[in-house]
Order: sequence, then C-alpha cells, then structure tokens
Amino acid sequence: MKDQLQYLATRAAAGLMGRREFLGRAAALGVTAATANMLLSGAVKAAGVKKGGTIKVGIQGGGASDSLDPALGANATASQVTRLWGEPLLELDPVSGVWPRLAESFEASADARVWTFKIREGVTFSNGKTLTAEDVLATYERHSGEESKSGALGIMRGIKSMHAGDGLFVIELETPNADLPYLLSDYHLAIQPDGGKDDPAAGIGTGPYILKSVEPGVRFVGEKNPNYWDDSVGHAETVELIVINDDTARVAALQSGQVHMVNRVPPRTAKLVARAPNVTVHSTSGSGHYVFIMHCDTAPFDNKDLRLALKYAINREEMVEKILSGYGSVGNDSPIGASYPLYTEREQRSYDPDKAAFHLKQSGFDGTILLRTSDNSFPGAPDASALFQQSAAAAGLKMEIKREPNDGYWSEVWNKQPFCTSYWGGRPVQDQMFSTAYLSTADWNDTRFKNEQFDQLLLAARGELDTAKRTQMYADMSDIVSEEGGLICPMFNDFVDGYGEGVEGIVDAKQGFDLNNFYAPLKMWLA
Amino acid sequence: MGPALKLVVQRVALGLLLLLACSVLIFTGTMILPGDVAQSILGQSATPEALANLREELGVNDPPVQRYFEWLFNALQGDLGTALTNGRSITESIGSRLSNTLFLAFWAAIISVPLAIFLGLLAVRYKDRWPDKLISAVTLASISIPEFLIGYLLMYLVAVKLRWFPSVSMINDSMTLGEKLSSIAIPVAVLTLVVLAHMMRMTRAAILNVMQSAYIETAELKGLNMFQVIRRHAFPNAIAPIVNVVMLNLAYLVVGVVVIEVVFTYPGMGQYLVDHVSKRDVPVVQACGLIFAAVYIGLNLIADVVSILSNPRLRHPK
Repeated sequence: MKDQLQYLATRAAAGLMGRREFLGRAAALGVTAATANMLLSGAVKAAGVKKGGTIKVGIQGGGASDSLDPALGANATASQVTRLWGEPLLELDPVSGVWPRLAESFEASADARVWTFKIREGVTFSNGKTLTAEDVLATYERHSGEESKSGALGIMRGIKSMHAGDGLFVIELETPNADLPYLLSDYHLAIQPDGGKDDPAAGIGTGPYILKSVEPGVRFVGEKNPNYWDDSVGHAETVELIVINDDTARVAALQSGQVHMVNRVPPRTAKLVARAPNVTVHSTSGSGHYVFIMHCDTAPFDNKDLRLALKYAINREEMVEKILSGYGSVGNDSPIGASYPLYTEREQRSYDPDKAAFHLKQSGFDGTILLRTSDNSFPGAPDASALFQQSAAAAGLKMEIKREPNDGYWSEVWNKQPFCTSYWGGRPVQDQMFSTAYLSTADWNDTRFKNEQFDQLLLAARGELDTAKRTQMYADMSDIVSEEGGLICPMFNDFVDGYGEGVEGIVDAKQGFDLNNFYAPLKMWLA
Repeated sequence: MGPALKLVVQRVALGLLLLLACSVLIFTGTMILPGDVAQSILGQSATPEALANLREELGVNDPPVQRYFEWLFNALQGDLGTALTNGRSITESIGSRLSNTLFLAFWAAIISVPLAIFLGLLAVRYKDRWPDKLISAVTLASISIPEFLIGYLLMYLVAVKLRWFPSVSMINDSMTLGEKLSSIAIPVAVLTLVVLAHMMRMTRAAILNVMQSAYIETAELKGLNMFQVIRRHAFPNAIAPIVNVVMLNLAYLVVGVVVIEVVFTYPGMGQYLVDHVSKRDVPVVQACGLIFAAVYIGLNLIADVVSILSNPRLRHPK
C-alpha cells in the first residue's frame, strides 16, 4: 500500500492526477487528509514539471509503407504516432492495472459478462467534433466487422453485442471475461470520430497532439492540442518523431544531442552507451519473449519425452547473459513472465544434461533434429541456436541448424515448420496470451498445442472473479504448457530505451512496450 | 542529316526501347517475387480471415498481362498508382523522395566530379612522383573501406565528438538551403570519398593513354608547358572515357546509395524502395524500378551522346 500511495503522490505531483482525485484515492487507502497533503507537497517539490519545448524522439520500427490507420499499426512507430493523436478508453498502469482515459469509469456485471463504460464528457476531437459514446461504438465496430483487417480483431471476437447511449457504452460478451479493461487499452483501439469509417487514416482523434507533418518512415510532427482535456499529459509544445532504423545511427543521434530519447538501444552495446556522460539507459522488463517452438503433433516432436529432453538441454542463464547481455530475465517454458498481473513464481526448470539424456533415452529418438532460424525471428537468434546446439550436444542430442532467409520467415517458416526460433511480443494479460497461441483452436497456435484440461481451465478462468482462484488457475495452466507443450522459452527480453540530457520524469512502466509503453514523449518533459 | 545527328537519334531510340524492355522485366520480376503482399502487410499478427479480406481489397487476383498494360499506360501519363500498404499516391511520395535523392546526388557530384578530374590531372602532371602516389593511395583506401564504415567513422568524429554537423541528415521543406547543406554535409563527404577514386583513376589513365601519342610529343616540342599540353591537347581527346565513368558514378549516386541513406536516416529513394520491397508493395517497387532504370539509361545515353559529339570525325564528316 505504501508503494501505491507513493506512486499516486508522484503522479499527482507531476500533474498527472488532480489534487482532489489524489486525496480521494488516498482516503480509499485509509490515509488521513493531513498525511496525504504532506505526502503530496513533498512529491511536488521533487517533481516540478516544465511545460513547453520540443521533444525529439529517435524511433526504430517504422517504414515508408506505414499507414496512419490505427487498425493496421504493427510496429513501434505506428504505436507511438497513434499515442500522439489518439487515445483508447483506458491506459495500462504500472500499479493499479488500468487507468481511465476516455472512459471516466467502468463497471462489470457480477458475472463479468456485461461491461458498462462511462464516456468522459467535454472531450473534443481535433476536428472540433465532440466525443460521444456513439463514436466509441463506431470505432469498435470498425475493428470488429467481418471485413476488418484490424490488429485488434482478436480482442473484438468475443463480443456478442455493443450499444451506446446517454454517454454510456455497453459491451456484452459471449463468455465472461474479467480482463476486458486490460484488452481495451490496446493502442489499435484509439477512438476516432464516427469510428474513422470515412477516412481511417486521417489521424483525427482526441489525443494531446495534433499531427502537423506526416512523412511515413521519415518524420512525424505533432503540436500540442490546445483543447486537450487532460492537463497532466503532453508537457512539450511539440513532439517530433524521427524514424531511425539503423541502431548505430539512432544511438549516435542520442549521443550527439539531436534527439532526446530513443527506443531499442541494442543490448550488446547498451552498457557502453550508458557510460557516456549525457545518456541514461533505462530498461523495462516486458512480456516479450524469445522462443524455440516445436509442433506437438509432428514427428519427432509428438513425443513428450523428446520435448522434455530439449527443454532440459537448454541453458537459459547463458542465453540471458550472451544473447541479451543481461538485459532480460530467465524464462520458464511458459509464455507468462513476471510482468503479468496475477503472476506467481513456479519452480524454475534449469539446464540439466543428465535429465535431458534420460528423457532422450526414454523417447527412443536417435536422429538429428533440424532447427530453423533467421536473424529476424529475434535479434541474435542464430547465435542463440548455436548455443542451444552446444548445450544439447553435451546431453547427447544432435541438432542441425538451418539458416533461413529473413525474407518470408513469418510466412514460410514460422507456424509452418515443426521446429524454429520465434518471438512473441506478449500481451497485457494471461488470458489474451493463452487464447492467442495456446488454446486448441487459436489462430496462431504455433506449437500445435491441444490440451483439453488447459482449454477448460482457460475458459473457467475468464469468468472467475476471485483473484486468488484465478491466480492459481493461471499458474496451473503455465505448469501444463511447461510440462506438455511445445514451447521452449529461455528468456524474456527487456525494453531498453535511451534518454538524453535534460529529459525528466522517467518512471518505470511494468507493462507494455518501448518508451514507457509509448507514453514517454507525452509524460516526460524537458528541464 | 549528319552522321553525328543520325547516331544520336539512334541512341535515343535504342534507349527508349531498352526502357520498355526494362519495364517488362521489372513487371515480370515483381510478379514472381515469393511471398504474399497481404501476409507481409499484416506480419505475424495475421489471421486467415484478415488475410483473405485484404487480398480481395488489394485486387491481386486479376490476370498479369492486363495489369501490365494498365500499369504501363498509367505510368506514361505520370500516374504511378497508389501504394498498397498505406494507400498514398506513389507519384506524390516519390516526388519528394526523388527530389531529396537528386539534392544529395547533386551536391555530392558538384564536389566530387571537379575534384576527381582535378586530382586526376594533378596525378598525371606529377606522374610517379609523391603527389601521384599520395592521391592514388588515399583515394584507393577510401574506395576500399565499406561506405557504411566511413559513414560511422565520420559520424563519430564530426557529429558526436566535434558536434560540427548533425548525424541525422533529415531535411524538410521548412529548412533554409544553408540548414539543408549543413544537414547533408557528412553524407556528401562520405559519397565524395566513395566515388572519387573511380573517376580520378579513369581520368589519370585516359589522359596518360593519350599522352603516349605523337601529337603530344609535337606539342611538347612546340614548347608548351605540361599543363597546357594536358588542357589543350590531351584532355579533349580523353573526354569520352572520362564522361562515361563520371556518368556511371552519377547513376550510382542516384540509385545506389541506400546504405548511406539508412546510416544517415536520409529520406531518399533507396530507403523508400527497400521499405516497400520488404512489405511486397508491388506498385511502389515497380515505380521505383522504372525510375531507377530511366535514370541509369538516361545518364548512359548522355555519356554516349557526349562521346559521339566529342569525336571530331563524326562532327565534321568529309
């Protein structure tokens, strides 16, 4: 509770939350008004937000072919640009889970099947139109229609019906889902006037910035939206995004003071970069993980003992050390890591050549395993494969590595070949991660994992509102995947960002993606 | 019609024919690219239904021959279509990218071509003495080091350490010419170092070749000094091979500098093409291919025409 209070105070001091709201929340935590006031004034002294200036961001992950349509966004630049001009209903928050944005408040029916969102009043789009619950409805319709190409289509699938009226937006789900608010924080779901049905790529929303210059793959400039509703976000007068895909060039731009912040500092050189006097390297643990995936229904991987042999034959600590240069954490053959809500520690599987040899013998397999990899499956994948080959050899497991071209890896190798390297960006909650890739009927079941008990647990957990019970269910599901599944997850990668001189207000984000889940340019300021 | 004019007209006609052949090649080439546009656009996060919807919308199901003629006809009218990935007009996007590329190539050429020819002449003048050897050593070294490495070295020294010029060569319309030039200073320096050696060595070789001729000896015997001999008698006769190599390098400056564009984040054509190739955005790839082919053929055509016109036997027929 102390952490939470401190966090709230910092937030209020930074102007991210009104004073009255802070006192209210503090009271809810059982703190007297006097104590809360003292806490707040202390935090205010420490903070001191400055308004104005231009924050320049060197960002990796965009190309000339990008569109402004939030439905099609699939890289860091698209996410960041959408953050500037648009807003989802809710925001992921390091402490309380979700934080209200365009939805002022929300509540669920007792069975978590019907969700009601109260839409914030007095918010206008950058084209002057006032935000209504109908706009929210239209936006969600565009993302969920059968014709939709939206990256958020998976989230919208479970919705049975939606309706809007009286400033309220109501979602009725097919099956209960206690995690819905988390899912709705997805950046694809930025609210657009009339859902963006007329011109999805217009870049008109309720965000803190209005786009003044749009050059895909090159540069985006946003100027402060004078009518923006929330005074605690968007401190700089102008935010300029410069797409710099080359790692060395991006870091050089930060070091030479041309940009104030960059995402994706290469882990290999991050420690060297951090030594420069005017640069801060900040790493955030995330839910993204680097994986080796086996198809559970294809020989020889249809043999559980062989899968276990491979899981015991990988040295996870070595991978974190050598592939991530320490910027990451050890995985445990489940897609769920410590950054998820409702996470519990499970017994760590570690490198054990004897056990690997034992399971290999049990499986009766004595051939050579073919592992396919490419540089873009994850950074350093070929090196990681070579490490795996070495550690497996010590257990008597013969492995052959095949380098596949980067081009077409996602269409020809991943989800097609029985054993390859891959990457998952992670999802905000367990349910979504499991439903996306481990449910028997999932679109991207890239391990061909079909387990009845797992499926039942997943469906049951969705409607379970008792947190303790749900936590246990998710732990059980991780155990099942780890024991039975085709996933070998050696590591979770950190998001490593770099900040230059004069950038203030850096906070830890427990969840999300690069640059403080892309809120960094909006919530930080220049001294 | 004089023989020179006839030759020139022939060359131009051949150039156009070649361009048409290129357009067929480009179109066929992009047709047989492996992979699928829809899959590339949606990436790992593609569901089968999203894929089917997108494919339908992109209209990748029409017969190829029909699509080729439609494309060619529109391209002739200046309409290169719209990008599949972001729905922007290709002509518009390419317009600014191409002018950026030409801007960079222009300044690199303005510096490197005269410098290369001057150094070439200097090397001939001091043949086999230290200036010749120094020029050769430096230019050969700079062409042998990969261009991205020269880029990084200059970036580290000039941008990060000395902070004279920016490391990110971003240019846009609101900048003054001075700001733009300061912005592209480092890439221009790198490109100059890269193309210098080739042109300089060709100048040196071509002039030395001419210097063996009897009429040079006559000129020397007339009492002309070395520079005058080179300027009045050797250089005009060596112009054809020099123009050829200069044009090849200019073409390289326009179509081959994608590595430099990436390193310095310069918004040019190369980067634009690569972004769209990786997304299988076929109309953009075709448009860029066509423009690159036109630039290459056009510059070589100029080289041919100049060598024809510089030949007195063709200019003054008996």
